[in-house]
Amino acid sequence: MSRTLSAPVTVAFDYTRSVGPVLGRFLTGLRDGQVVGARTSDGRVVVPPPEFDPVTHRATDDFVEVADTGTVTSWTWVPEPVAAQPFDRPFAFALVTLDGADVPLLHALDVSSPADVSTGMRVRVRWAAERVGAITDIACFEPDDGFETLAGARSSTTEAGEMVTGVITPVSLDYQYAASPEESAFYRGLAEGRILGQRCPVCHQVYVPPRSACPVDGVATTDEVELADRGTVTTFCIVNVPFLGQRITPPYVSAYVLLDGADIAFLHLILDVPAEEVRMGMRVEAVWKPREEWGTTIENISHFRPTGEPDADYDTYRNHL
Amino acid sequence: MRDVAVVGFAQRQMEEFDGSPTCVELLVPLFAECYEQTGFTRKDIGFWCSGSSDYLAGRSFSFVSAVDAIGVIPPVNESHVEMDAAWALYEAWVKIQTGEVDTALVYGFGKSSAGVLRRTLALQLDPYTLTPLWPDTVSLAGLQARAGIDAGAWDERAMAEVVNRSLTDAEKNEYAVRRGGSSVEELLARPMYADPLRKHDCAPVTDGASALVLAAGDRARDAVDRPAWITGIAHNVDPLHLGVRDLTRSPSAAAAAVAAGTAGVEVAELHAPFSHQELVLARELGLESDVRVNPSGGALAGNPMFTGGLNRIGEAARRVWSGDHGRVLGHATSGPALQQNLVCTMSAEQGAN
Repeated sequence: MSRTLSAPVTVAFDYTRSVGPVLGRFLTGLRDGQVVGARTSDGRVVVPPPEFDPVTHRATDDFVEVADTGTVTSWTWVPEPVAAQPFDRPFAFALVTLDGADVPLLHALDVSSPADVSTGMRVRVRWAAERVGAITDIACFEPDDGFETLAGARSSTTEAGEMVTGVITPVSLDYQYAASPEESAFYRGLAEGRILGQRCPVCHQVYVPPRSACPVDGVATTDEVELADRGTVTTFCIVNVPFLGQRITPPYVSAYVLLDGADIAFLHLILDVPAEEVRMGMRVEAVWKPREEWGTTIENISHFRPTGEPDADYDTYRNHL
Repeated sequence: MRDVAVVGFAQRQMEEFDGSPTCVELLVPLFAECYEQTGFTRKDIGFWCSGSSDYLAGRSFSFVSAVDAIGVIPPVNESHVEMDAAWALYEAWVKIQTGEVDTALVYGFGKSSAGVLRRTLALQLDPYTLTPLWPDTVSLAGLQARAGIDAGAWDERAMAEVVNRSLTDAEKNEYAVRRGGSSVEELLARPMYADPLRKHDCAPVTDGASALVLAAGDRARDAVDRPAWITGIAHNVDPLHLGVRDLTRSPSAAAAAVAAGTAGVEVAELHAPFSHQELVLARELGLESDVRVNPSGGALAGNPMFTGGLNRIGEAARRVWSGDHGRVLGHATSGPALQQNLVCTMSAEQGAN
């Protein structure tokens, strides 16, 4: 058995980015079916245009329209494409120097095998059917057979003349996320209805959920400790604000509970009591879900509720605030 | 300038680390090894600096969790770079130069296997015109390799020679993830992967962590018999876009080498995650033909993200401690196709800078 528990997780965010006058000019051109570069102080035409001149560091303002045909100056085969690349089947990435430009642009090249591509070959832009003002408005390059490009490249899917001022770039990454061995023991314990912590061998503090190292001594926490499923509210907040993904209707209480036998508070919900009655020192106990619903998750504990015992003495939790 | 030396180094490299992406459990024993090597305790460390990336970990502020391994209560003097830990070493070296501290522990960590590494690294590109195409690391290196082959700067045989030497040397490296040389002919007979790259031209996906100790003056002499005194350290950067630079060259590596001073170097540990990149670096760093390159096997034998560069400096320093060599070089790279380069030269002779 693996030491650790793991699960797939996807982290995704659509970045909305503003573009300045230089990239905006480039992206506006792409939307309108033209490739725009800029002349730099060393006399070269660079695509995409750099925002500032690499030598003088002045803002770029000398824009030049270049052709949508060009020459491959380097290429590589992509035998196993990764998610979101221009093709989900093998293809080539290429550096292409467009006619009228002095440096190459990186983009995909649609060919079916490495035998179909070579340095020096002539290629042309294949425009995306719908263009929005993004680098992906160039769908890819394709071998140039010498015939005229299809009419319509210059047509635009949005109103011409309006400058592109922003771009949305989605990012989505997939991970196999693993808990540490100590955290894994904690989740396996929950699947058996037990709450497990770890004790630092130097300072003897008990951490729950367990940490892989004691933050005081910087040594591995080695000794497993089983804790009670009841404890004391040390501090809390009443959640009144609705937010995306919220599962409980506000107001409700999120609290730190110092489990009996632990030296660090444990975050969970306090329910079965009006929010305004929750207080520091309140004694609470875990409410477990029905056993058949248990898994290796903290959600086996539905929430904590008051035990009805007298409040704990302040001195029992004053060092854990 | 204060005389600062590398006095401790510990590492782990593995194909797949069965643990959390914060690598806390991996760092604890590495720090223990560093304390044992130097005789320092954690209270002797004046400054802590790490290199790692949240994109690799798939969680925010992953370096904050990792500091548990230090023992951070009460709070310590700590910093982090979203770069290879070789750049954390640079920050620590500067910190010691200020006179504020005399010692530092530098560490790096990364669980590359948690995601798709070559894809994740597309996020270090220009987000407007490059990342939306998701050009993966291997593809970018392939474009660079082809540019050099077409220009006559190197050929497939020269690349295979780098691989064969690296994997043969890696047989003596207990931390190597890939090892075992064969022959240049046999390597050249293997199939292409990302034409013009074969799989052995690309560093293996590697999980790992490492830790390195710096100390100034007498503190360094207390820690180890033969400190690896840093005689020069510099880092430079080239433009991000591949189109605007000559991919067969690396001006930033050359500039860093000039600033750090490479004369008299006997051993060079070069951070070259692709075989042809070692050929670029050897030229740009101006290494003499008798310089021993990557006796550890280099990045082709194991390239843990965010510590692969620090490992090169640690490996080079070990050769000074052992007495085998008097003057060595460690190099680190970051970014696509050798965009950023750091050179650190070390010597058994104090005051050689």
